[in-house]
Amino acid sequence: MPTLADKKPNRPAQRAQGRPAAELIFGDLWEYDPAPETADPKIKSRYDLFIGGKFVPPASGKYFDTINPANETKLAEMALAGADDVAAAYRAAQKAQDGAWGKMPGKERAKYLYRIARLLQDRAREFAVAETMDNGKPIKETRDFDVPMAAAHFFYHAGWADKLAYIAPGRRVAPLGIVGQVIPWNFPLLMMAWKLAPALAMGNCAVIKPATNTPLSALKLAEIIQDAGLPPGVVNILSGPGSTGGLIMAHPQAAKIAFTGSTEVGKVIMRSVAGTGKRMTMELGGKAANIVFDDAPLDQAVEGIVNGIFFNQGQVCCAGSRLLVHEPVADAVVAKLRHRLKVLRVGDPLDKNTDVGAIVSRDQLETVRGYIDAGVQEGAKLWQPPCRLPAKGFFLPPTLFTGVTQSHRIAREEIFGPVLAIITFRTVEEAIEKANNTEYGLSAGVWTDKGSRILKMSTELKAGVVWANTFNKFDPASPFGGYKESGFGREGGRQGLLDYCKLV
Amino acid sequence: MLPGLMQAGFPKAFRRLADEIGPVDAVGIEERVAKYATRSIKKASKVAGLKLAVSMVDLTTLEGKDTPDKVASLCRKALNPHPGLGAPQVAAVCVYPSMVKHARRALGQDTAVRIASVATAFPSGQAPLRTRLAEVEAAVADGADEIDMVINRGAFLAGEFQRVQDEIVGVRDACGAATLKVILEVSELETYDNIRAASFLAMRVLRPGDFIKTSTGKTGLNATLGNNQVMLEAIRDFYLATGTPIAMKPAGGIRTAKQALQFLIAVKETLGDAWLNNARYRFGASGLLNDLLRQLEKEKTGAYQAPYYFSEAAESY
Repeated sequence: MPTLADKKPNRPAQRAQGRPAAELIFGDLWEYDPAPETADPKIKSRYDLFIGGKFVPPASGKYFDTINPANETKLAEMALAGADDVAAAYRAAQKAQDGAWGKMPGKERAKYLYRIARLLQDRAREFAVAETMDNGKPIKETRDFDVPMAAAHFFYHAGWADKLAYIAPGRRVAPLGIVGQVIPWNFPLLMMAWKLAPALAMGNCAVIKPATNTPLSALKLAEIIQDAGLPPGVVNILSGPGSTGGLIMAHPQAAKIAFTGSTEVGKVIMRSVAGTGKRMTMELGGKAANIVFDDAPLDQAVEGIVNGIFFNQGQVCCAGSRLLVHEPVADAVVAKLRHRLKVLRVGDPLDKNTDVGAIVSRDQLETVRGYIDAGVQEGAKLWQPPCRLPAKGFFLPPTLFTGVTQSHRIAREEIFGPVLAIITFRTVEEAIEKANNTEYGLSAGVWTDKGSRILKMSTELKAGVVWANTFNKFDPASPFGGYKESGFGREGGRQGLLDYCKLV
Repeated sequence: MLPGLMQAGFPKAFRRLADEIGPVDAVGIEERVAKYATRSIKKASKVAGLKLAVSMVDLTTLEGKDTPDKVASLCRKALNPHPGLGAPQVAAVCVYPSMVKHARRALGQDTAVRIASVATAFPSGQAPLRTRLAEVEAAVADGADEIDMVINRGAFLAGEFQRVQDEIVGVRDACGAATLKVILEVSELETYDNIRAASFLAMRVLRPGDFIKTSTGKTGLNATLGNNQVMLEAIRDFYLATGTPIAMKPAGGIRTAKQALQFLIAVKETLGDAWLNNARYRFGASGLLNDLLRQLEKEKTGAYQAPYYFSEAAESY
């Protein structure tokens, strides 16, 4: 395996002999002052469960704390749902399904979805701040991505609700009934929207559990659901640990279960529901390859690589965590990446100039650190930009590994953190083989100026989405989901809706 | 040369150059610069940024109706933009060649404010080369410290890259000790790929500290964050490959302090601290100066002042 150091880039022109090496200085000659977002997140000190349209205390009377990963302080107490609460939620959902909601025409259901979307837009800044405090992701992401995209999903699916007669030509569709849903901590509010909007548009009821680390925005969305006047029991929100999720998935009244999270947990869930006849969609892990060819627009590719792996601190299932770079431009790409990383701003997630925020929890921080250690031990070359991390909170600098091979753990396992493994290739076939040499298949990126190569790659890559000359682009109309152990079923678009109905 | 071969010249020459310098993706560039606009510059960093921008202004008047008196007024504004604000002097005044001697008389010999002059049949460049060179020599003889030339866009678009470079070399040599700024006139080059190619053609024959500049300000589209970014990245790649630092001047269309700060953010995050000074970065502007001063006054007093409190000495672009 040739290393990156062996090759000379063919562009730009080589420096004349004897000249000192030119370097750029990214110092603090003109430093940005702190610019914290000041909107009030309106966080209550305690949140109960949302069952049957009302906030109710948990049967056990137990609560757990949710903390701000950027400063390790407690934000609120969240109710801990147990078996009795899960049973109550399913009873409430069944009542709604048998009652007003089940009989409601699609165009009426749409009005509720539009209302939720608009209310979310009205309170966008408040939700963005609350989400940033609970999750640690930078405010610019919650403000410009998470919250607007969540609203967009409700808008999009509201538009479908009265057009379902045309979604499967020649067939009619009917709701499945009650769906049990468990969502992850990386995009708490957005994943909630991905799960709820299609389920409701189709006329299902939902019992949903937000992640243990990030339940806040889900219970805040419950306030909006209440304000929107959604019939009681249509959406039931239960906060709690993983075991609560297990109870939701195992409940006999669930006609379908939908899970987004790790492949490991996904497998446990699939085993537990085997033979029950429940429908399933699984959106699991990923180890996406971002493939850069020598004819690519390199600066824009670097931008896409940075967006691919450092967006949301790399805690994205479709993160471009492997960079496959064509040997002739490998040095140039790595050099450009380093310059770009030097100007990424790591720090207070509430600061509007922060590019990389906090890791969601201490556990996750330790997991990622473990992978960084493993990368070093297995002989890959580590590089991190000089940056001042806050004293408190779970922070990591953006991390690059060069000299990585296919057999390194950091090239095989999903790290779910700001760690990029850089691998080189020589031919198109080699790129395809390396990209597909993984148990995952959620996403991939291709960077080239050549259109025919984009088409070839998108056919050959075994990934649910292949981005060409861009990365991490989402739209409610575009189906998202995986190949292989990245899961099955689609979310978004017509395909996503079809996963929430039966054809009759 | 046969007409057919002339037409084939551009793609061939361009492909050869593009192969060396690499392509630009328009969507990606615009996505990148959109992020600069989301940066939040407040308090002390805003004041520092505004003062830095003032010190980088090439205060410009380029009109047929310019008179010696108007140029003198412009020079006084350049020397003392607004009393009592602690604002620095601007970098330079920028005038037509016939106005250089009047500017020199107004500024005197012993001044840090430099005199820039647009020579080479500005803005079209459509004059014989010897006429353009004579214009440059006359402006330098009258006391210009800097010459803003336009490239031969007709030759560039016809693929006659050697001719474009030869003309720049001619003007460079005619400048003597004067700093040269090469105007690419980006709106007539049309694509980001062309802007990158023209930047490299110019930089390869420039001296350290010479400038590349976006536009004349006389066409529909002038400096944008997008073409500024393409040129900054070209400067960075050229500097890292050769060690030769080239300076940058966006011109035209930058009218507000907010825009100017966004351009400075682009410089800070692309080229770094060494370009955050007026030897390496300039704004070709006139209306911009008063908006910078207005914002500085607001930062100082907490209130926006009426526009008539600020002297209007330039109203070109």
